[in-house]
Amino acid sequence: MDALQQLINGLTLGSLYALIAIGYTMVYGILRLINFAHGDVLMVGCYLAWFASAQFGLPWWVSLAGSMALTAALGMLIDLGAYRPLRSAPRISALITAIGVSFFLENLGLVIFGGRPKAFARPEIFNELYHWGGLRVLSLSVWVPLITALILAVLLYVLYRTRLGMAMRALSRDLVTVRLMGIDTDRVVAATFAIGSALAAAGGIFWAMKYPQINPLMGIMPGLKAFVAAVLGGIGNVVGAMLGGLLLGLAEILLVAWMPELAGYRDALAFVLLIAFLIFRPQGLLGEKTT
Amino acid sequence: MIRALLRRLNAGPLPPPQATRRRDFWLSLVAVAVMAVGLRLLETGLSAYWVQMICLAGLNVVLAVSYNLINGVTGQFSLSPNAFMACGAYVTALLTLSPAEKSLSFILEPLVWPLSVISLPLPMALMIAGLVTALLGFVMGFPVFRVRDDYLAIVTLGFGEVIRVVANNAQSVTNGPLGLKGITHLTTVWWAWGLCLAAAFVVTRLIRSSYGLALKAIREDEVAAETMGIDIFWHKMLAFMVSAFFQGVAGGLLAHLITTISPNLFTFFLTFNLLIMIVVGGLGSTTGAVLAAVLVTFGGEWLRVVEEPLSLFGYEIPGIAGMRMVVFSLILVGFMIFMRRGLLGRNEFTWRWLTALAGRRSENK
Repeated sequence: MDALQQLINGLTLGSLYALIAIGYTMVYGILRLINFAHGDVLMVGCYLAWFASAQFGLPWWVSLAGSMALTAALGMLIDLGAYRPLRSAPRISALITAIGVSFFLENLGLVIFGGRPKAFARPEIFNELYHWGGLRVLSLSVWVPLITALILAVLLYVLYRTRLGMAMRALSRDLVTVRLMGIDTDRVVAATFAIGSALAAAGGIFWAMKYPQINPLMGIMPGLKAFVAAVLGGIGNVVGAMLGGLLLGLAEILLVAWMPELAGYRDALAFVLLIAFLIFRPQGLLGEKTT
Repeated sequence: MIRALLRRLNAGPLPPPQATRRRDFWLSLVAVAVMAVGLRLLETGLSAYWVQMICLAGLNVVLAVSYNLINGVTGQFSLSPNAFMACGAYVTALLTLSPAEKSLSFILEPLVWPLSVISLPLPMALMIAGLVTALLGFVMGFPVFRVRDDYLAIVTLGFGEVIRVVANNAQSVTNGPLGLKGITHLTTVWWAWGLCLAAAFVVTRLIRSSYGLALKAIREDEVAAETMGIDIFWHKMLAFMVSAFFQGVAGGLLAHLITTISPNLFTFFLTFNLLIMIVVGGLGSTTGAVLAAVLVTFGGEWLRVVEEPLSLFGYEIPGIAGMRMVVFSLILVGFMIFMRRGLLGRNEFTWRWLTALAGRRSENK
């Protein structure tokens, strides 16, 4: 019984990691760039949703959709302003820029929103408590994996059944050749940033509902861990990101449940897993072996 | 404008270094003496606050120069200085604190035995801290140098987080989130800038040696360097450990400058600050790292202006706390987009350059 309870908790947390990891893995697959600002884009998404629901009293699904749309625009803006000028620069320059953008968003958040955490209300539909046998399950924990699965299905449809998706997959193989084929690569990259950022916003908002408060630095840890999840699953692979997220979520919950004396080391687990994977299986769970 | 300035600074062809070695040595000695006199004057003439800032600038120079060795010269994009500084700071503080002070601080769990009774003088503690940190770098190097580029960045970043989590949880060694208090304020400008000299000397000598050439070769093209017979792994390890040693010692001095340390002091933020310094100075230039470390330290103080209330044309603009970091991150992004080579590129200051420049000036007159 207890194991089942932990499994559900792990599944929920894992789904959140997965949603965030998809954005990382798509951008990395195409540009070979770790988008450090991804976690902070998530933070902005949360604040947008918070303003929409707490300040303007919009229903949760409107604020979710609105926040996802605006965050998508922010993602495209970051790509346009910071990453596009560096497309032909060494990869490390782009990485340093990404770190700069990440700090910019965090500190701008601190300036605009203030450092004090804000309470993030959980909509009623996600706030019901089910009692199944001995299990106590929050409806949020049921909805999050379902919504994640739905989003993944839509994303896979886009990737494998539409022209945009085909362009994205082609870009991840060889950006230069694809450009020679007459495809506007900048637009495809912008679309990738838009999709990734929107998913990060969704992941962030559900994260904020699960741990019901938000602050300008909230994106750092989920962002880093989601990147680790993307590496675990095999970077560049959307299904892999999903699997990696679930693996990481389960591992964290099980560590705390089975070895409570090590609970404080929970935040280090992701990096220990990362190092272990890079040593023993650098291509990740589903990645193809390169070089 | 910058181009024109750079053209005026171009001294033309320089004489070979062998020809002027003896003169350069004396010039360096004179410069050190001048610096010492200058520091003495500043130390006695300025308020305690500014003396503290000068110490901090010195430590930042040490950190930036050693960080530049691994990031700029060897081209391995490590993000672990905060881990090394944390290690150095904790080791030094644990070794210098008096047993009485320790038993006062460790209220939740007593400190483990050998550390609880030890109290060493600062120089010895710093040396041990440097060696322990270099050892940490050695251990980290094995997984870290199996990967490259951005993976290396994320793994080193991960180590920083792991160290912080350990510092937060190993209650009986680090005192957990409470941190260590009551560290004696022992860091003077002489310690900070003395370490600067040592770091600059060791790092420049290393860069100019055959090892340094190998490090640069690794930066330019790892595969080509390997085919030339350079042992890539151990050369990277050498740069990493030297860098870790100085960052550990600087961390120890930092602990004795601010007198209180806790795990949350050693976040990625520290690394970010150093990253700005070496990027602004020019990745790969030791001179640039020194210059930018001083610039960023005092620039940060100067930028406090933007956080204070301002009255402009009769309007009252309230002070915005935290604006400094926004400006700093914009500077970093701006440098990357518009001036990727930083202020100095990969150029270094040499006496040969200065004398050649002075010679050309006097010819023109």
